[in-house]
Amino acid sequence: MKKWIAFWNILDKDMRAYYLKPPNISWGLIFPLAWTGMFFIRSGQGLDSIAGLLPGVVAISILFGTTSMLAVTVTFEKKARSFERLLLAPIPLQVLMLAKTAGAILFGIANAFVPIIMAAFLTDLSSVAWLVVIPAIVLIAIASTFIGLFIAVSVSEVFEAQTFSNFFRFPMIFLCGLFFPIADLPSLLRPLSYALPLTYGADILHAGFAQQNQMPFWMNLIILCAFCVVLFMVSLRNIRRKWIT
Amino acid sequence: MIRLIPAQMKTKTAMPTDSAEPIISVRGLGKSFGKVTALDGVDFDVPQGRIFGFLGPNGAGKTTTINILTGLMRPERGSVSIAGIDCAENAKAAQHLMGVVADQSNLYPELTGFENLCFCAALYGLSKKTRQDKARHLLNIFGLTDAADRKFSGYSKGMKRKLTIASAIIHQPKILFLDEPTTGIDVASARQIRQLILDLNRQGTTVFLTTHYIEEAQRLCERIAFIVNGKIAHIDRTENLLRSVHGRHIIELTLNSSTEDISDKLNDRFDELEVESLSRSRFRFTADKPVNIGPLIQFFESQGLEVGEARKARPTLEQVFVEITGIEAELMTREKEKAETQR
Repeated sequence: MKKWIAFWNILDKDMRAYYLKPPNISWGLIFPLAWTGMFFIRSGQGLDSIAGLLPGVVAISILFGTTSMLAVTVTFEKKARSFERLLLAPIPLQVLMLAKTAGAILFGIANAFVPIIMAAFLTDLSSVAWLVVIPAIVLIAIASTFIGLFIAVSVSEVFEAQTFSNFFRFPMIFLCGLFFPIADLPSLLRPLSYALPLTYGADILHAGFAQQNQMPFWMNLIILCAFCVVLFMVSLRNIRRKWIT
Repeated sequence: MIRLIPAQMKTKTAMPTDSAEPIISVRGLGKSFGKVTALDGVDFDVPQGRIFGFLGPNGAGKTTTINILTGLMRPERGSVSIAGIDCAENAKAAQHLMGVVADQSNLYPELTGFENLCFCAALYGLSKKTRQDKARHLLNIFGLTDAADRKFSGYSKGMKRKLTIASAIIHQPKILFLDEPTTGIDVASARQIRQLILDLNRQGTTVFLTTHYIEEAQRLCERIAFIVNGKIAHIDRTENLLRSVHGRHIIELTLNSSTEDISDKLNDRFDELEVESLSRSRFRFTADKPVNIGPLIQFFESQGLEVGEARKARPTLEQVFVEITGIEAELMTREKEKAETQR
């Protein structure tokens, strides 16, 4: 019970101190808006293109929102040594890191719904399989947040966190089948696509929004879950190795 | 840089007994960072309900020791036991018993004083009502009630330090680790913090204090360990440490003007005295018998210098520290304060 009091309060503190701050809310709104606008104009197919663009825009909104926020906030707290306070608390490291990442996961999920709500005013979303889309959004948010955690543990400065985040994020836009099918990529790059968690999340989103998936739903789900577990375990191991030396 | 005075560093590692049960027990503690040895076979016991001082210059291993005791670092060698709990095996169980004040006020700048205290209490699983009651109580005790709703970032250094200490005791720990609690804050706040430490101790809290203010350690601690270069140079009860310099006679002279370094000349002329240059115009002379001031004044006059003030000083822990470690305490303080200003 006591550790869940700590869990909830860490999450509550992070939400109020970081995620619900006006600059971050506006970042969460403007960023997906800009991506949607960009791809909408680029497609040249008018409103008909929205349903096809939506999975990619949703995935990018989650990816950018979660990775940057978590990597920066954890690095910032580590630098200011307030993170020491959390490490000194008598709560298991797993619970502590789940609490720290829960805020970013919720922020990522909220970000995902910005382009969806916008699209709802412009196109018909009645054929969307929400029971497929929602688990995908949640799992992409978790996987992306854990990528952010992995980045946070690997760097010591806030600017390094931003640079290192981009090292992961920008290739994912092109390699994970968000806007261009993986089959259209050069054969040399395709194995790299399948090594990235967003590929599987994006495929589920394509299935949910337009039934255009490449792999079976359950396979995508299991692989994405496995990525989440592995990323979290690797990050915990790195925290024990680097922060509790 | 810390200047070593020529006296050989003595290493006395006898561990005097204390009637109280040890709540912290450290044996053969060792830790290295690359090729640098931070701790080398550190042994000590902290009796329950006492204030234990851990003194040493920058880089001596004080913070590394605290980090290992509190579970923020793992030892390479040796064992640490807190209230019978093996910290290497189960640091989280021991963390229930401790409150830690780092050498830097590390609360959350975006939260208010009240929110910070409530948040720290929540980390120890206290219920909402208990957290709020305790937070209000501590804000009152620490004289911060008026600043309760102000953000921590807007606090003065002294207020930040007080709130950081309050946050460390909100869950009523058995042991309080204080790493340089009064460094860089004003005299009034420092005095108030010392009084709070004494009050906490009277209520039964064991205090592990690291400080570079030797006078502070002398005033607060019942038992003191000196650590130099990762080794315990000496450990004893404060009264025993002071007894070792009790029969000594000290005269401090202040000149009306500054002078170049004349320590060598003074040493040549007065070989029966220990001469310390405290500044360019202050000197300390120590001997086992009463110091005759006349020849000293004559000597300075022969150098064209006028003595403005002469005073007899009481032997302090500082002399013990200098004698044991070979480090000039005032230089240690200055170095620490310089580092604090640069932070």
